[in-house]
Amino acid sequence: MTSAADHRSVNGEWTLSNEVVARLRLKWLILRTAIEERLVYRADFAFSTLVRFLPIVTQIFLWSAIFQNDSSRTMKGYNFPQMVSYYLLVMLARAFSSMPGLSTGIAGSIADGSVRKYLIQPVDMLDHLFWHRVAHKLVYYCIAAGPFALVFWLCRHHLPGWPAWPVTVAFVASLLMSFAIGFLIEALIGLIAFWFLEVSSLIFIYMMLSYFLSGHMIPLELLSQWIPIVDVLPFRYLAYTPAAIMLGKIPAEQLPVELMIQATWIIALLVMNRIAFSRGVKRYSSFGG
Amino acid sequence: MSAKSITIPGMAAIEVKELCREYRVFRKGEGLLASVRGLFHREHTIISAVRNISFTIEEGEMVAFLGPNGAGKTTTLKLLSGLVVPSSGTATVLGHIPWNREDAFRRRFSLVTGQKEQLWWDLPAQESFRLHKEIYRISSDDYQRRIDELTELLEVRQLMAQPVRQLSLGERMRMELIAALLHRPDVLFLDEPTIGLDVVSQRRVQEFLRHYQREQRITVILTSHYMKDVEALCSRAIVINKGTVIHDGPLAAIIDRFSRHKIIELQFSDNGFPEGLERFGRIVDTRPPRVRIQVEKQRVSECLATILSRHSVDDISVMERPLEDVIAELFSADDAARRQDVSV
Repeated sequence: MTSAADHRSVNGEWTLSNEVVARLRLKWLILRTAIEERLVYRADFAFSTLVRFLPIVTQIFLWSAIFQNDSSRTMKGYNFPQMVSYYLLVMLARAFSSMPGLSTGIAGSIADGSVRKYLIQPVDMLDHLFWHRVAHKLVYYCIAAGPFALVFWLCRHHLPGWPAWPVTVAFVASLLMSFAIGFLIEALIGLIAFWFLEVSSLIFIYMMLSYFLSGHMIPLELLSQWIPIVDVLPFRYLAYTPAAIMLGKIPAEQLPVELMIQATWIIALLVMNRIAFSRGVKRYSSFGG
Repeated sequence: MSAKSITIPGMAAIEVKELCREYRVFRKGEGLLASVRGLFHREHTIISAVRNISFTIEEGEMVAFLGPNGAGKTTTLKLLSGLVVPSSGTATVLGHIPWNREDAFRRRFSLVTGQKEQLWWDLPAQESFRLHKEIYRISSDDYQRRIDELTELLEVRQLMAQPVRQLSLGERMRMELIAALLHRPDVLFLDEPTIGLDVVSQRRVQEFLRHYQREQRITVILTSHYMKDVEALCSRAIVINKGTVIHDGPLAAIIDRFSRHKIIELQFSDNGFPEGLERFGRIVDTRPPRVRIQVEKQRVSECLATILSRHSVDDISVMERPLEDVIAELFSADDAARRQDVSV
């Protein structure tokens, strides 16, 4: 009978660097395999990319009617060109933070039992799904880059100039973190299926709320006077914050704090995910596996 | 194929002691009113899926788990793979407690089910295998050698580049087996591996498993409803019914122990067979001048003597009943009372 140590010795002595390399290789392989998988669905991708641009057109028409094309009018600090820019940037942020199918995928795998693959194999489910999602996004950006550039070019007259580089850096950092927050929130909602097998209505409520509370529907400045809690919830980082940073709505000296809060949310959500997963698996394995 | 590296003599691969697993199941009464009542107050019943089972499996053994649906076979496999935590009792697999799910344990076993869920559906199987190489940290040399070996044995080399969803059920199952064996597990749990396969695929999987197990000396537990699988692969069987072990021993002993009948095959001299044979037992097959009668064990010699004294018979043979029939009878509901009496 071989012992655990023999298995290690197959790949040489166990050292920290070997362990790190092995883990990185696995992440890379998941990423690579998932990219290959995503490329299978060409038609689905092209279609979903096009669909994503439809709402922006209606939003621009709507706000041009509200502002009656009068660029001197402002609403909570937004004039018409800024409003158009806001929606374009929110669209970009949502391209990072939206996770179509993540919650339903996790919930489905718990309901149909395929989640046990992650319990039997020496893999971490969240890590696996994260790199899967990174692959999904990378392929999406490659395909959507052209249409995105076209829309930005068509609306170029409304866009403000390029901001100072620290603002741009903060914008990029915020965008990347919006990906992590979007992933972690949706994963957490999917994990609720360990307790309630049917979570589709919960996911629907989340979609509605996040559309509203993330600033995807209207800038949060218009909302916070009615619902002040939007300023302290993590949803704002899914859409509003990156756009607000780029438009200079957040003062430069406040940017580090804003980014720190965003990073803290990532850590908090990560901890919540880990707890939910470990408790969920415990519950799962005491209810039948 | 190389033999297993280090062995520790006398150490059991799998040890199960007084393992129990109970489930709480929601019980809903009949009708709309009961459904509405269920919104406020739910009644639960406790179901024992596995009751106090104990057994030991030595390294390199291939053991069949037999039992009707709901007997507790799959629950036992889930317990041994660490998917389910027991209500009480202990189990070790390769010295590990399965439900602790340590990586060191998970790298050393595989579970193959008829659900076939290890492969990426839209990609060729080789992509999934490459991912397994990293998950199980298989060195490139080992990986290449094992892929060559396994694809050759299972005759799927030319299918490696074809998306899994385009493979037939039998081909997919063979790919699943490769995925399960790439990291060369010491213990393999097979839960209905040939379910839904045609006879050719079934036989190919059977032959492969027999060959591979003998070469690698891995420990295997197999559950299957196909007695042909079981007879071809296992010499020992653990029979589970209603969550308890009712037999643990050689497969052949099941017939001795549980079958109350034997089959007498007679070939009569004239081109037909006499009337009234029913009084000896149930006639199971008639192909004149041959006839097969199922006779109670203790009446075999008496029946033979009577028949021979009255009729002219060319040929006689006395046979055991097919394992499949014995198992079917053993699990049938009307046999339940007798089973309680002989249970250990």
